[in-house]
Amino acid sequence: MNTAVKTSPDVASDYAQSVDALYAYLLGVSVFFTVAIVAVIIFFTIRYQRRKADEVPEPTKDGKLLEILGSVIPFILVMIMFFWGAKLYFDARLPPKDAIEILVTGKQWMWKVQHPNGKREINDLHVPVGTPIKLTMTSEDVIHSYFLPSFRKKMDVLPGKYTQLWFLPEEEGEHHIFCAEYCGTEHSLMIGKLHIVSPEAYEAWLSTGGAVSTVAAGDDPVLAGKTLFEANCTVCHSGMPGAIGPNILGAFGTERQLESGESILMDENYVKNSMLNPNEHIAKGYPAAMTSFKGTLNNTQMGQIIQYLKSAAE
Amino acid sequence: MNDAAVSEDAPRINYLTNGFSVKSWLLSVDHKRIGILYLIAMTCFFALGAVAAGLFRLELATAEADVLANDTYNKLFTAHGIIMVFFFLIPAVPGVLGNFLVPIMIGAKDVAFPRLNLASWYIYMAGGLTTLGAIMLGGIDTGWTFYTPYSSVYADSNVIMAGTGVFITGFSSILTGLNFIVTIHKMRAPGMTWMRLPLFIWAQYATSIINVLGTPVLAITLLLVVFERGLGFGIFDPARGGDPVLYQHLFWFYSHPAVYIMILPGFGVVSEVIACFSRKRIYGYEFVAFSSLAIAGIGFFVWGHHMFVSSQSEYAALIFSALTFLVGIPTAIKIFNWTATLYKGSVVLSAPMLYTLGFIGLFLVGGMTGLFLATMATNVHLTDTYFVVAHFHYVMVGGMMMAWLAGLHFWWPKMFGKLYNEFWAKVGAAVIFFGFNFTFFPQFIAGNMGMPRRYHVYDLDYQPFQMLSTAGAFLMGTGLLICLITLVMSLITGKKCGRNPFHATGLEWNKADSPPDTHNFTEPVNVDVEAYDYTDERIYRDA
Ligand SMILES: [Cu+2]
Ligand SMILES: [Cu+2]
Repeated sequence: MNTAVKTSPDVASDYAQSVDALYAYLLGVSVFFTVAIVAVIIFFTIRYQRRKADEVPEPTKDGKLLEILGSVIPFILVMIMFFWGAKLYFDARLPPKDAIEILVTGKQWMWKVQHPNGKREINDLHVPVGTPIKLTMTSEDVIHSYFLPSFRKKMDVLPGKYTQLWFLPEEEGEHHIFCAEYCGTEHSLMIGKLHIVSPEAYEAWLSTGGAVSTVAAGDDPVLAGKTLFEANCTVCHSGMPGAIGPNILGAFGTERQLESGESILMDENYVKNSMLNPNEHIAKGYPAAMTSFKGTLNNTQMGQIIQYLKSAAE
Repeated sequence: MNDAAVSEDAPRINYLTNGFSVKSWLLSVDHKRIGILYLIAMTCFFALGAVAAGLFRLELATAEADVLANDTYNKLFTAHGIIMVFFFLIPAVPGVLGNFLVPIMIGAKDVAFPRLNLASWYIYMAGGLTTLGAIMLGGIDTGWTFYTPYSSVYADSNVIMAGTGVFITGFSSILTGLNFIVTIHKMRAPGMTWMRLPLFIWAQYATSIINVLGTPVLAITLLLVVFERGLGFGIFDPARGGDPVLYQHLFWFYSHPAVYIMILPGFGVVSEVIACFSRKRIYGYEFVAFSSLAIAGIGFFVWGHHMFVSSQSEYAALIFSALTFLVGIPTAIKIFNWTATLYKGSVVLSAPMLYTLGFIGLFLVGGMTGLFLATMATNVHLTDTYFVVAHFHYVMVGGMMMAWLAGLHFWWPKMFGKLYNEFWAKVGAAVIFFGFNFTFFPQFIAGNMGMPRRYHVYDLDYQPFQMLSTAGAFLMGTGLLICLITLVMSLITGKKCGRNPFHATGLEWNKADSPPDTHNFTEPVNVDVEAYDYTDERIYRDA
């Protein structure tokens, strides 16, 4: 063997390093207690070995103090784990405002990726170093899970719903992309490479047509979404006089008031749900007049409308 | 003891010699015979599950596909999971040891509803054979978790039949649970107060509660999947307005407590064995008894820890993480109490004791690695990787299976009246222990390195660990064979034993023959001692 066996995962970000620090704490605590308890058991089995067949040991009294100590110490140690783990988890959830948004669609058994300018790639993902990347993900069929082991991050990718995963590539390099949720026959082939390249190389890559990618006008999700919006939504939803629906151009990302008195964040899932089940949430001051676009617009088209609404709010 | 002396001179008819026809077994309402029926059926299911594992471990020895096609691989790990979880791990200890021992340990002649008990076995078999049929007629490739919409819409396999099989078997768990609860409440002998119950009974009681409360949810969930698949319901399918994550909530609402259904009876076994082979009352008896109930209760509110990356709300995840740590504490203290029981005891490393100490070691690793998965940030990285696979095998195989074998060896002389070869039994225990660690320890490392579970082919970086795993699996298989041969041989060549060969406390050892009479006791039972009173000299009289 000329290559050493690797025993730990690659580290591709500060976040990965902080997860590893937590992992080390967990490892320390568990190794300490496992070794201690096993040592005590071995010691007791040897020290208190039965010497005579008829020996009967004195019964021991239950010690309340020992019992309490035995509960309090582990309690403190695991509370540290809990808060530390929760803090990192919440940090890892909120994408920064300046993140580049890339669309990922899972499909048995490939990852379809679309960059902001419409350029597509399959399975692999190219990103520029130094800029936070936000993946907005959905699935065309079953549940998949986008897993970046070098970043210690993964997120399920679901049909009928958008989920997000963000990460900050801090160094140029190549890393694994795995599908982590079992999705059928070729689950283990639903893998790709993450290419972290310099911003210049990323720009250059974006503007060239690769083997699996072409940049055509129809591919730009925002443009396509604009056309669809104008054909299907404008009459009610762009603030025309006498419109029977609220103006939603520019409203993406804001809290919307509902007839029920509640409010709801206008995000990907809300918009998509409104297209499918318009009467679930009625906007304040408007009638429940919209009909469902289920069957009229497909998944991709709804995604394009969402992208248009997002760009209209910037 | 006059009666005992009589029974040695002229052996009276015991439950084994009370009829030899097949019918006398298949229609028996004797809880002991039903226990043996479970033992035989379960051993067969276990063997099938183990063969499936052997096949896919062979495939996983190298990174490329070389032994099995991807679909075959997927069907094998699914078959392994379904068979082991639903037809071995969940029913093993309650079905075999619970049936055999619960009535005897509390001083009853049988369970409260003997016919229902027999019906439970038939339901178990009906479910098992239906699922087995699905596996034989083309197989299922959904994984034992049956996640939607893969199972309900996309999977190209016998989901309806397999789901129906598991659904049917669920009723066996529910009815057995019900039977035990009523038996323990209503049929205890005079003097057998709650605080004198063996801890094995407390564990069975807690398990039965989870079975009765949790299993119906699994049954309904699987029924919905079957309906969705067969009749086009849209509960979990987003294309029809359903929610696939709802399935996960329902599934884990049962399947997390199911971990306790598997492990709590094991805890009960461990308490009995440790007390006997260190001749001490279990340290903190009350605590161990009530912690079983606490685990059963809190265990129902932690299911979301399987779903930290499923898109459930972050705040829900936060609560589930906190509660998961909470449920770990009663478990930790049980380990502490078992260890403390050894202190100043009179310890013998017999075969059941070796299995039990093996259990503590492995379960300890399983529990500790559970902390990594309860912690939210590390969970995100480790979930759905081999780390999880290793973790639950340490809990369920290292824990439950070792406890099951400890119990089987401990009560074997009681069940069959024969002693096994102690040397080979110990060899079996040691080989299983080392084989197990070889198999599953490397998987923690592969998992932390990012290797996803259920991968048919994988990156070369993971190969050394997978190779070790495969070698370990075959070592473990050898250990299991040694164990099987030793036990079977004891039936043929084993030395006869008396009532209480290990000098243990408890009614099964002190008031019932080995093997027990058809009606369990030949004399009226009256309990006048506390549990685990090893200073009571009566237990040292008979061997
Ligand atoms: Cu997959
Ligand atoms: Cu769980």
